[in-house]
Amino acid sequence: MSAFSIVLIILFLILAPILGGFIAGVDRIITARMQGRVGPPVRQPFYDVLKLFGKENLVVNRFHVDYVACSLIFTVLAGAIFFGGANLLLAVFAMIVGGVFIVLAAYCTNSPYALIGAERELLQMLAAEPMILLAPVGLYMATGSFNVYEIAAAQHAPIFHLPGVYIALCYVFTIKLRKSPFDLSTSHHGHQELVKGLTTEFAGPSLAVFEITHWYETIFMLAMLFLFFGSHWFWGIIITVLVYLSEIFIDNINARIKWELMLASAWGITIILGVGNLLVLFFINKL
Amino acid sequence: MGYFAKSPWVLHYDGSSCNGCDIEVLAALMPKYDIERFGIINTGNPKHADVFLITGSVNTQNIDVIKNIYNQMGEPKVVVAVGACACTGHFFAECYNTLGGVDKVIPVDVYAPGCACRPEAIIDAVVQGLGALEEKKKNIK
Repeated sequence: MSAFSIVLIILFLILAPILGGFIAGVDRIITARMQGRVGPPVRQPFYDVLKLFGKENLVVNRFHVDYVACSLIFTVLAGAIFFGGANLLLAVFAMIVGGVFIVLAAYCTNSPYALIGAERELLQMLAAEPMILLAPVGLYMATGSFNVYEIAAAQHAPIFHLPGVYIALCYVFTIKLRKSPFDLSTSHHGHQELVKGLTTEFAGPSLAVFEITHWYETIFMLAMLFLFFGSHWFWGIIITVLVYLSEIFIDNINARIKWELMLASAWGITIILGVGNLLVLFFINKL
Repeated sequence: MGYFAKSPWVLHYDGSSCNGCDIEVLAALMPKYDIERFGIINTGNPKHADVFLITGSVNTQNIDVIKNIYNQMGEPKVVVAVGACACTGHFFAECYNTLGGVDKVIPVDVYAPGCACRPEAIIDAVVQGLGALEEKKKNIK
């Protein structure tokens, strides 16, 4: 492991939650402005998390805290593998394991709301993960490597080979962010019918850790979208920011949909744009 | 000022209110008053909430619900009685099924009078509740 990758991992560990919280704060302000409100300060997500750490942790199952902690550990590990320049596929697997632990944390509480939330989160993972797994395969076909640094150093940006994969990944990105119309597992507002679903039984520090995990996850996903631009980092940053802004826009103009439509649309887009793109790339490479 | 005062999450429960105060609570969330400016979020979940807003008086039907919600909230927590009914029982106080104000069941920290309670009064009550919240946080330590 080179000194460069160690520095990058440390920077990720420190900066990812800061950047993730900042993105969440900007998200809330833009959402509020779209609704004709002023909105909270940018630092609000940090205030929320620091407050939650000061609250009492009401635990109904003795494994609950461990599951939540494991979720954070595996999500951070995924980011560390990614920024350490190791295998992209391994990073994606680690992130999926982190997601599974959150589902287990919700299941172990036995609360009806949390159970519905956990089941819906599994469906969301079922909808989103095939595309997230296909993306590294596409990047391998475009650049000939699963190594993150080698993909990032590609002179010819992989997005020119993988426009379909990129669009499909942006689509499932909404599912991973749990934003409308795909906020099935955690209703966007706590006073809605699902009472936050997945996080209903998360109190105080557990919820704070969940939020931080989500920040790491968001940065990981954004970094994966950024990777499609190879060495063209300037355009990468601009288009990744535009993608996130459009996510906020989509979040605000859509109502929640049923899980059948989510699964069908996500798999449809994965098969047509994702697999289709890979097939075309395969035949072009053969010629 | 600690972080509790910067991010109080509110749980709103309608005891036996006529909905007058409830509409004013919701009005406080709307663009005109926009209490999210102060980090106040309306959660529907007692496990996430710091401030318990109750409208309406306590009667024999909802007494267990109020106790249950209060017990599910993690420490530190603050109870705000919104409106005349929640404060004293108002003109339902003499009813055969009414016990009176919320303070008959759980300890109330702030009383916001009015029929219906004005959004300004609700915001003011929550802000006063934040002081109590910080105080309770210190006492836990």
